[in-house]
Amino acid sequence: MPQLLNADISKQIKEFLSPMKDNITIVVFTKDEPCETCPETVQLMEEVGALSDKITVVKKDLEKDSDDAKLYGITLTPSFVMLDKDNVYKGVKFNGIPAGHEINSFLSAIMDMSGLDFGFPEAIKDRIRKIGKDVNIKVFVTLSCPHCPGAVQNAHRMAMLSDSIEGEMIEAQTFYDLSDKYQVSGVPKIVINDVHELVGNQPVEAYLDILERL
Amino acid sequence: MFGFELDKHSDQHAFDTVPVFDFLVIGAGPAGLNAALYASRKGMVTGVIGSVGGQLHNTTSVDNYLGFPLIGGKEMSDRFFDHLSTLDVPVLTDRKVTSLTRVDGLFLAKTDDGKTRKAKTVLIATGGSSRTLGVPGEETYRNKGVSYCTTCDAPFFKDKDVIVAGGGNSAAEAVIDLVPWAKTITVVHRSQWRADGILLEKHKEIPNLTVHLQTQILSIDGKEKMTGVTVLDRRANSVMTIKADGIFIEIGTVPNSTLVRDLVETDLVGQIITDKNQMTSVPGLFAAGDVTDQPHKQIIISVAEGAKAALAAHTYLIHQTKEGHHATTVER
Repeated sequence: MPQLLNADISKQIKEFLSPMKDNITIVVFTKDEPCETCPETVQLMEEVGALSDKITVVKKDLEKDSDDAKLYGITLTPSFVMLDKDNVYKGVKFNGIPAGHEINSFLSAIMDMSGLDFGFPEAIKDRIRKIGKDVNIKVFVTLSCPHCPGAVQNAHRMAMLSDSIEGEMIEAQTFYDLSDKYQVSGVPKIVINDVHELVGNQPVEAYLDILERL
Repeated sequence: MFGFELDKHSDQHAFDTVPVFDFLVIGAGPAGLNAALYASRKGMVTGVIGSVGGQLHNTTSVDNYLGFPLIGGKEMSDRFFDHLSTLDVPVLTDRKVTSLTRVDGLFLAKTDDGKTRKAKTVLIATGGSSRTLGVPGEETYRNKGVSYCTTCDAPFFKDKDVIVAGGGNSAAEAVIDLVPWAKTITVVHRSQWRADGILLEKHKEIPNLTVHLQTQILSIDGKEKMTGVTVLDRRANSVMTIKADGIFIEIGTVPNSTLVRDLVETDLVGQIITDKNQMTSVPGLFAAGDVTDQPHKQIIISVAEGAKAALAAHTYLIHQTKEGHHATTVER
């Protein structure tokens, strides 16, 4: 397969990743056919991984490595999670290839997971850390949506700050049945614990207003 | 094959090293980026706060900007940013301004990381957001058929019946963007087309397009999802329903002027009123682009207003200096 990232984009990504602080690991799950975007997703992880010596990419098979899949709650392919420097899963998950505009939420998650401060005010951090109940935040996106990476970024950042929050990007076209189940016809669509919905790229406070009432 | 729409970033720390900006731009769309270019070239200590691109990122392609017969919206904003980057102007892309005040002749812009940035002059170039129809059902069926972003949501309407509300260039372009996806496209607009003739010529090649002019949308109807709209045909004075799975609302923008509503004079719809030099009712505070009361919302007009604002801010600071106020501007 030809390179997914051309020389110019690779150069920009390499520069963007250069301030990374700690090592991170990406664990990507695929399965044998039929899985349309599995080869491209693995290739993208490997191409981005090659642009920083702080990124390790581990490839897993959904069925053969079912224990690992269970550990990270992986049921779809292609999916991947990001682990911190101590190989701890902080609830940062992507379902579907982060191409198009979504390359931005992918790169942002790498930088944040490497331990760089993403500038949330202390009061917001406190509110996130106080969330006690288990929370799952699904963010449905399309790759042509410029507003979506911001919503994914918010969900992932909250996950990184709290052991009880998981944030997952779901590429709506790849996982059409799931999108249909959650009646997604506009993005970003944010679904919290499968019940509560937010429409559009909302500020973190809007997420917290719901999480604190759970 | 997949494409990658990498957002532009700049060194966020460079911004924090500037104690006082001569010219601080809030908003990084066409108006803000061009203003920063002009201000920096004049030698003003310039900074920009805002995510790059503005409404250009919602635009599939641009074909009415002189010198660019056809260019993608994202590519155009990337080019604007790359041009500005040659001048080392710090752009704080990941922050939003939460408040703007004026204390002792200096503007204080507080950002969402809790920091306060100081500036002698400020440009508001915060653009606009999608205008809503304001009819029953619009909020209920938002993201359940109602959409304000064709590029984002068109894929959900493959082989479905969709409506485009509006009669300007954005609506005409939305129709063209929906052609690869929708089974049928119906335009509903309350008056006559205002879109460019060149776009309407392209519509003639679309076989599954129906146009209802002089037709007002009264409500968006549905059950769990949207199922259609009720409209008033003004010419026949009759009410009818149009079945559809989705509606793309492209009826212009509302100004993003909340930040300064208590500070400057605005018109009835919240657009910032400026003089011919883009200055607002507050000395040293300028506005440019879709946030102003300039009636024609066009990229090239926003860009030009940005340039005017920067040059006027430069002149303003020179006069301030002559009058004895402290300023660090260097004229080249």
